[in-house]
Amino acid sequence: MAMIELIDLHKSFGSLQVLRGVDLAVEKGESMTVIGGSGSGKSVILKHIIGLLFPDRGKVVIEGQVLNDLDEFGLNETRKKFGMLFQMAALFDSLTVWENVGFSLKQHTKLSDREIRKVATEKLALVGLKDVEDKMPSELSGGMKKRVGLARAICMDAQIILYDEPTTGLDPITADSINDLIIDLRKKLGVTSVSITHDMQSAYKISDRIAMLYKGEIIEIGTPDEIRNSANPIVHQFITGSAVGPITAE
Amino acid sequence: MNDWLEKLGEKVFLLLTEMGRVLMFLGQTLRWTFSSPFYVKSVLKQMEMIGVNSVPVVMTTAISTGMVLALQSYTGFKRFGAESLIGAVVSLSMTRELGPVLTGLMVAGRAGASMAAELGTMKVTEQIDALTTLATNPMKYLVVPRFVASTVMMFFLTILGMMIGVTGGYFVGVKVLGTNPTTYINQSIDNTQVTDIWYGLIKALVFGAVVGLIGCYKGFTTEGGAEGVGKATTGAVVISCMLILILDYFLSALLW
Repeated sequence: MAMIELIDLHKSFGSLQVLRGVDLAVEKGESMTVIGGSGSGKSVILKHIIGLLFPDRGKVVIEGQVLNDLDEFGLNETRKKFGMLFQMAALFDSLTVWENVGFSLKQHTKLSDREIRKVATEKLALVGLKDVEDKMPSELSGGMKKRVGLARAICMDAQIILYDEPTTGLDPITADSINDLIIDLRKKLGVTSVSITHDMQSAYKISDRIAMLYKGEIIEIGTPDEIRNSANPIVHQFITGSAVGPITAE
Repeated sequence: MNDWLEKLGEKVFLLLTEMGRVLMFLGQTLRWTFSSPFYVKSVLKQMEMIGVNSVPVVMTTAISTGMVLALQSYTGFKRFGAESLIGAVVSLSMTRELGPVLTGLMVAGRAGASMAAELGTMKVTEQIDALTTLATNPMKYLVVPRFVASTVMMFFLTILGMMIGVTGGYFVGVKVLGTNPTTYINQSIDNTQVTDIWYGLIKALVFGAVVGLIGCYKGFTTEGGAEGVGKATTGAVVISCMLILILDYFLSALLW
């Protein structure tokens, strides 16, 4: 049984049809990356997986549980299996770093503030940060924010981590350090990962398999090497970043 | 003509859709207000931000209104020798009408705008989505404390506004215009009943709920970046103020 299954997913926003029958299965412990152009619906897929959006047709299955069938309580219980790193980290700007990281523990456990701070410090160390517990998010650099966001995502020992454009907006060196961190966390925690990105360097480095989303459908799926050597002209144009080809710039 | 009717129909449809959404948002808010967990600390924090921090602006508005009311009433009433009724006029106006309405408008301008801006920023920076992914209901965590705090604190701010307004009227009526203090106080007490104060406070509770609801709704439905937050903030203040004024008439008619 796959950890995550998307079956015939359809989603429209008004008259704009974004997903037109997406089928995708992610195995336990696998690192899957969905690539595709801006506005192709990659984020929409990620939001369906964690129940931020629901499909017009089709279903999302997490460990055999159909997300669409769950009530509010069931959805929240399922969400506790997830951690999500947002594109701009989405840290709560009224809370300090340790309060951000320990937010889930504060909400869902009876741990004292001292214990939560201790766990938050451990998770921050795991993502390579120290002595930042009492800082506010506004005092952090872009790379540090992503690391704090990642520490928050793994604070409740998530089984699945979703990465929304993990390297976007970072300089190449910081971006690569985030890639290393994603690989390192997967090794240490054995989590299943789903990433979306249009940064091919990152996709090749962090993925077991890569799926290409184009016009609302998955048009190709394979290992990084298979994608690199794909004969599909759309995939080829996208991974080489050429302006000439079947994909036209918006 | 057809074009004009089509545009009018479209506007009416959009207005009705928006009203429906606000009512659904209210339903959700009420549902989560009465179910656990209860974020008591958040409610207290919001009470401070919405209520305590609004005290200076409410006091300034109330004292100025009470003083002006006494001054203007005196000018009019003196023409037919009814200066002794200033106390009654100030006290009735402040309790039944001006206390709740002016407090409502001031809190809408200050706290309603702040709620819409804060939640709107959280929406466009995906912090509200982040809350959901952390298995925390954003309605419960963000909206309910603001809604409850706004409703409760409007009640107390209005009491304060009434008291300060009446005091301001007394100061002008007695100390500046020379009305007999005993007459002023007796007229005020004789002509203001407890029900008048309650009517004003019922209005305050409704206005508080309106400010909290609209501020949070506009914040939660913010789209776009900084421009969207700006529009949400302006929208929250304008809609809250309009609703306060419209509901004020209906509540006045109902609580006649």
